[in-house]
Amino acid sequence: MSVSNKDTSQLSEHARQVIDHWVAKFPPDKKRSAVIEALRTVQHENNGYLTAELMDAVAEHLDLPTIQVYEVATFYSMFETRPVGRCHISVCTNIACHLRGSAEIVEHIEKRFGIKTGESTPDGKFYLKREEECLAACVNAPMMMIDHVYYENLTPETVDQILEGLK
Amino acid sequence: MSDDDIKIEVNGVPMSARKGQMIIQVTDPAGVYIPRFCYHDKLSIAANCRMCLVEVEKAPKPLPACATPVTDGMKVFTKSAAAIAAQKATMEFLLINHPLDCPICDQGGECELQDLAMGFGRDVSRYNERKRVVADKDIGPLVSTDMTRCIHCTRCVRFTEEIAGLQELGTLGRGENMEIGTYIERSVDHELSGNVIDLCPVGALNSRPFRFRARSWEMMQQATVSPHDSVGSNLFAHTMHGKLLRVVPRPNEALNETWIADRDRFSYAGIYTDDRLETPVFRVDGEFRPTDWATALQRVATRLGETAKEGSLGVLAAPGATLEEHYLLQKLARDLGSNNIDHRLHAMDLGDDDNDPPFPWLGAAVAELESADAVLVVGSHIRHEVPVLAHRLRKAGLAGSQINFLNPAGFEYLFPVHEYAETPLSQLQPQLVALLGAVEAVTGRRSELAVDRGAISDAHRRIADSLMSGDKSHVVLGHLATRHPGYSKLRAIATEIARLVGATMGYIPESCNAAGAYMAGVVPHRAPGGKPVAEPGRNARQMLAEACDAYVLLGFEPQHDTAEGQAAIETLRGASFVVMLASWLDPTAIEYADVILPIGTFAETAGTYVNMQGDQQSFSGVAEPVGDARPGWKVLRVLGNQLELDGYEYNNAAEVLAAANADIGVMRPDNTIARSPAINGAQYSEAEMPRPSRIYGIDPLVRRARPLQRTRDAKRTADR
Repeated sequence: MSVSNKDTSQLSEHARQVIDHWVAKFPPDKKRSAVIEALRTVQHENNGYLTAELMDAVAEHLDLPTIQVYEVATFYSMFETRPVGRCHISVCTNIACHLRGSAEIVEHIEKRFGIKTGESTPDGKFYLKREEECLAACVNAPMMMIDHVYYENLTPETVDQILEGLK
Repeated sequence: MSDDDIKIEVNGVPMSARKGQMIIQVTDPAGVYIPRFCYHDKLSIAANCRMCLVEVEKAPKPLPACATPVTDGMKVFTKSAAAIAAQKATMEFLLINHPLDCPICDQGGECELQDLAMGFGRDVSRYNERKRVVADKDIGPLVSTDMTRCIHCTRCVRFTEEIAGLQELGTLGRGENMEIGTYIERSVDHELSGNVIDLCPVGALNSRPFRFRARSWEMMQQATVSPHDSVGSNLFAHTMHGKLLRVVPRPNEALNETWIADRDRFSYAGIYTDDRLETPVFRVDGEFRPTDWATALQRVATRLGETAKEGSLGVLAAPGATLEEHYLLQKLARDLGSNNIDHRLHAMDLGDDDNDPPFPWLGAAVAELESADAVLVVGSHIRHEVPVLAHRLRKAGLAGSQINFLNPAGFEYLFPVHEYAETPLSQLQPQLVALLGAVEAVTGRRSELAVDRGAISDAHRRIADSLMSGDKSHVVLGHLATRHPGYSKLRAIATEIARLVGATMGYIPESCNAAGAYMAGVVPHRAPGGKPVAEPGRNARQMLAEACDAYVLLGFEPQHDTAEGQAAIETLRGASFVVMLASWLDPTAIEYADVILPIGTFAETAGTYVNMQGDQQSFSGVAEPVGDARPGWKVLRVLGNQLELDGYEYNNAAEVLAAANADIGVMRPDNTIARSPAINGAQYSEAEMPRPSRIYGIDPLVRRARPLQRTRDAKRTADR
């Protein structure tokens, strides 16, 4: 049914296993439900971003029109559809963090790397997400998430320490 | 009154409804208008435009009428202060990002947003911020995009997913950044995709060939009928200053519903081309010279008169000519003493024509297919032959009908196919015989057909079981079967299969009026009304294999529209006189035609087509003929006068139709076969098989429609 290039060779054996594991959890005619998990896995294996070829491969593997995969990939902020730096830095800028100084944190990171939100460092190591909605850690605001790990009660100094530690 | 019937009250007026209906589905038939953008009765319910908010008693907030199920005793207010306030608020939000470019928008004047903004919009915007701008997408040669105008109703997305069956458009991004598009730039290719133009309630998706040609209020709307396939889709033609500028669907639930194929919508572009013939021409010294009608008709009448006295006359007509043209043409041929007349130009097997049905028909009404239990389609790329009928099959398939195919490999169907039995066309006959064997095994009834049943496969058994699975099953032969060199045998076997399982037997008639051609007697063995003739004449194959002395050709181009192609041209070159009635100057005509008389296309003549369910659909000419072109029936009538034949005194097409129908009488559709022909083990080679029809190559008009020729479908099938 899909109009992709009928090529799933881009998917690793592991990615196929993970996708099939998720497909099995849904009714046979609801393969579309596995798109998010499929894209997460594939993105993870591809240095943190998706390519059209990878999305086509997911569509082919799930027997979906490619556009249905593109829709999901472009909707969710956790998917990147262009090459970005390896470490994804997501600073929460919602109301609680904002009141506790998240703007200052963002500005600090921008200055430190010489990039704006939505950009990656030239060495390809860091990517500062454009916008991150509430990650439910308001009690220890401001906070940021780097590659799925939460860092809380941030100050510019602690941010520096954390980023140093990542190198 | 069943439990499902309930009563609701709309604006104080009691209405009856069924459980499960949405409010809007009750108010629409009752004529109570509720504004809407995203709701469409042929599409799933999205409820994302919020324009249809209405007040419901005891509900704390306004509810969307398209997505609120009715309950017994519900009181709905569509015009209350709360409802109007909600609708006005929605309209204000929708207009926030909508550009104020109505004066240059093709949708202006027929725009749902514009209309509703008149009713529900404020006269001055309170929005001072920047409006968003969305890049336009190139989605192919048929549909233009102005995506900044999009209000995200998602009708087009739902159309591609639910009706076309191939989701090509999607909603990308979210919130402020949401866009409708294809993500990777590509064309939207489905053969019904032009319908998104009608679905789009704003000017985001419009007709690309029509872009900037006219304002909607400058045009006249006239009803007409599609000249391309045998569904006979109902159309509205939009004309300005006598020119056909646009074609849109005319809803008819029995035939095309609210859809039309892209072929029906955009073929009009072929009417106005550089090679359109504007005056009669005759051949002198290897080139065509223009002449006037009187001279041309005199020359033709003289030569045909001579041929009638001492020579053989061959008459060939396109199956897409009108019933009136067909009737007058056969009258002319027979008055000149010739039964050499035929319209079956693509047919390779015209033997056994005693068994021809009175006129070929589907065996059922088009809409009946939708509720079929099982359908078997033999030898048809149905999406390309009859796109709108393929849509009916798709609906049936999705609703649980078992749709089976016995077809060559490689035809893609966008719905659940129960069994697709693949066969090379050359093996169609043994495959069909094996299927007959499987049917005999399932039914326990034996067919009289004396032929070895061959190897019965599981696919044959599954199709046989499927055809026996319910009361309503249909067997349909498509063009690849009717054009097959073993057609008469395929027909006999398929008819036996249908008889044993109790299915209807049907055909997909060629072009838009093959049924009418049979009725009118444009066949060598039958006069109008199917009455047998004493001495059958030569059929199309014979006439195109061995030259007659003179020919009359109506509305087709031999190299494209006959089974013989180039060989037909060679034969025609052997004739001493060939007159063509054509709308365009066929470049190869110089090789064989002596005179070409310019006739009007379907848009420029009144006429009648008989569709695959036997309906006569008449229409009047909607556009002025180009140059000196004249409707075909008038040309034939004057030819009759010039030849001093009796009974050519018609003043209009309606009189011709009345005369034709008086002659035709009552014809009942009947696809049964009186006596089956001998079925031998004829061997065919793949080389002699008919090629699948090119979706945009089926008739001279479509071949000249440049927007259609630029589609991917046209390019993909160009080598056929």
